[in-house]
Amino acid sequence: MSEILNLSRRDFLKTGSIIGGGLVLGFSLPVRQALGQAAGNKGGAFAMNAFVRISSDGTVTIVANHSEMGQGVYTSLPMLVAEELECDWTKIKVESAPVNPAYNHTEWGIQGTGGSTSVASEWERLRTVGATAREMLVAAAADTWKVAKETCHAENGKVVSSSGQSLTYGQLVDKAARMPLPKDVKLKDPSQFKVIGQSVKRLDTPEKTNGKAIFGLDVNLPGMLVALIERPPVFGGKVQSFKPDKAKAVPGVKEVVQVPSGIAVVATGFWPASIGREALEIVWDEGPNANLSTDGMREQYASLARTSGKVSRKEGNAEKALQEAASVISSQYEVPYLAHATMEPLNCVVDLRPDSCEIWTGTQFQTADWSAAAQAAGLKPEQVKIHTTLLGGGFGRRANPQSDFVVQAVQVAKAIKKPVKVIWTREDDMKGGWYRPMWYDQISGALDAKGNIIGLHHTIVGQSIMLGTPFESAMMVDGVDVTSVEGSTDTPYKIPNILVDLHSLRIGVPVQWWRSVGHSHNAFVVESFMDELAHAAGKDPYEFRRSLLSKAPRHRAVLELAAEKASWDTPLPKERGRGIALHKSFGSFIAQVAEVSVSPKGDVQVHRVVCAVDCGSVVNPDTVAAQMESGIVFGLTAALYGAITLKNGRVQQSNFNNYPMLALNEMPRVEVHIVQSTEKPTGVGEPGVPPIAPAVANAIFALTGKRIRRLPISSDELKKA
Amino acid sequence: MTKKLDEQNFLELKLTVNRKEFTVNVQPDTPLLWVIRENLGLTGTKYGCGIALCGACTVHLNGEAVRSCRTPVSDAVGKQITTIEGLSDDGTHPVQRAWIEDEVPQCGYCHSGQIMTAAALLAENPKPTDADIDDAMSDNICRCGTYQRIRRAIHRATEILAEGGLKK
Repeated sequence: MSEILNLSRRDFLKTGSIIGGGLVLGFSLPVRQALGQAAGNKGGAFAMNAFVRISSDGTVTIVANHSEMGQGVYTSLPMLVAEELECDWTKIKVESAPVNPAYNHTEWGIQGTGGSTSVASEWERLRTVGATAREMLVAAAADTWKVAKETCHAENGKVVSSSGQSLTYGQLVDKAARMPLPKDVKLKDPSQFKVIGQSVKRLDTPEKTNGKAIFGLDVNLPGMLVALIERPPVFGGKVQSFKPDKAKAVPGVKEVVQVPSGIAVVATGFWPASIGREALEIVWDEGPNANLSTDGMREQYASLARTSGKVSRKEGNAEKALQEAASVISSQYEVPYLAHATMEPLNCVVDLRPDSCEIWTGTQFQTADWSAAAQAAGLKPEQVKIHTTLLGGGFGRRANPQSDFVVQAVQVAKAIKKPVKVIWTREDDMKGGWYRPMWYDQISGALDAKGNIIGLHHTIVGQSIMLGTPFESAMMVDGVDVTSVEGSTDTPYKIPNILVDLHSLRIGVPVQWWRSVGHSHNAFVVESFMDELAHAAGKDPYEFRRSLLSKAPRHRAVLELAAEKASWDTPLPKERGRGIALHKSFGSFIAQVAEVSVSPKGDVQVHRVVCAVDCGSVVNPDTVAAQMESGIVFGLTAALYGAITLKNGRVQQSNFNNYPMLALNEMPRVEVHIVQSTEKPTGVGEPGVPPIAPAVANAIFALTGKRIRRLPISSDELKKA
Repeated sequence: MTKKLDEQNFLELKLTVNRKEFTVNVQPDTPLLWVIRENLGLTGTKYGCGIALCGACTVHLNGEAVRSCRTPVSDAVGKQITTIEGLSDDGTHPVQRAWIEDEVPQCGYCHSGQIMTAAALLAENPKPTDADIDDAMSDNICRCGTYQRIRRAIHRATEILAEGGLKK
């Protein structure tokens, strides 16, 4: 992984085949064609297929087609291969895949990482890859020994015969390369798994503790310059005029150039570039969004929420149920724009030549970046090479519909005709848009005289993240962006009359998927409101939910597990409150119970979170636990602190002082309980996020009687009078 | 030790980084972070916020944890600068070993700074309580939320220290 920076490695990539040499057999015909043509048989490395290369020293290189951004795919994907390949785990290396259709996501048809789908995408394919390679190695050994291959088996990087002969994979690779592709390889029954299901140590941990891990920001090329871009202060603004003289006078500044995204200050390093950028004199045409403010938008959203939107789900007659109900609860919820705030700010290194463009960056979206970079460079896509480095966090930001951080860097490289690294400062990153949308929700519930829920009407108001993107046609159903309503429209609760409708606005603030996407807001609204209904019905919030899940056994199972592990029925000390929330996202079922206290000043401390998760078959249990911990912190940070606001078109936040992150001293004790399952694996990276905000808000209500309907949670509102 | 400023305000400075001597030609107000990363090519020390809020850039100056993004390089002249690459010869400092044992990193970007901060804590206080860990570590941001594991690993590192400390 850290080899990416090594120049010999880079030269190897340039001169070798697309996956680094070796005879490529191809896992399927298109792969063979795509990869095999360029491949010779170099250096004794044997490419079993696009995903596995075995060298004569026994090293097994797994080519990872999903990006490593912390979620552990550089370990879980090799585990899938290793389960069937029967290789020596200590000899596994991982490298990132180049851009090639062979590496496309099995469901999306493009190469990318997101939607908590990496393991699900590769669950069948990479096990088949491993099994196919193993069968060829076994066939090669059997052929060497002139015995039936049925008398041979593979174990720990060797093929062993029934008479005790043994050859290592390294010894077999040349011959294995010439063996016919086996057909219909049989995959193990889960009961035989030796690797899958184990908490295997992450392969990328050592390099992440010794400084050797290479992120995009760490890539350096000979003769490379560093550029910072001064972008318009308002989304949609443009440069009207600028004076480069003072910036150019800064020692170390080499060039000041206008690019489509703004003015780039190019220097020998970050520091002169930043001093130079401060010295720029720019007159901006602020464009149509110069008066935009989130306060104003909030009023607009609130008034829209009182009107009917495009229907996403309609069952029975919710309006009638509300009219005829014994009691009606009606509430408004709202959540702000949120920045991804990856620890590694955006960056991209570009080496643009007349007939080639080489890019190093931490991206989640290789196919889109590849074609966008080609277009920006004026080259054909096949002339563009992307090296995916480790990502210092992604959370969706590094899968940008416009490939903004890649395209902007290519544009600077094109302007200066030198290798360049474009760095976004923290401030650039935070003010740079592509936020989780701001949302406003009107939600009403109808209860009958016995406190049973007989109707629910949820109206959602906010920007669509799909409208105007290449994904619009796939992600909009009857005018409804499915990511705007996910987590509400698919509520598991048995409610006879349901109406979910949506207003999608067009506003000049760029918005995007943010870890858990629509679920990040809908779970807060729906699960807080379920708590309101339970309270209004005079029922226990856990029992109230449970009674509505008779046809949702996996939902019910995690709800029960979380309640049991959290000792739901056991009273807490009086200064503590407990809240529960349940949410399914990305195929996984999660329930969380939070224990909180609130200080006299209104500050919320979350002491403990019990998390029950059913994500189908588990590849690496410790990774699942880590992702639940991570999702909980991510969601809690948003619930307690997160807000991007605009005034006069300008983003008011800039850095961690005004967009704070949860700190170690605020970390709750998180206990994760995983449901054993043989179902197909489902999402892990995102589903931990959605339930935590409502679980905490419900706990605050249980403790204080104050209902949180607006995030981030306001200490002022919780302050003791 | 230092030559005069040239016409571009660059200065030749001698730095001791990870027990090795380096000579760099930089403007003296350049943050140490960028000298380490760009002039010396030691990229383990990270840029996260640029204003000493996140701790990703933490290095040791004479053993003390400092934020290299707000430390002018001129302040580091004559001091022992230690970066993550020099914390141990082979990645076996007790904190590094504990980080591996407890599977702390996720994206990993903040962990050079986390480890350097934790190592400075343990050098001063070989058996920190949870409250000591809160005090020392709460200004180091981890967006992946590995805090529970950071705390556990620091306790584990104290055990490794007690078991015999540095392997080398």
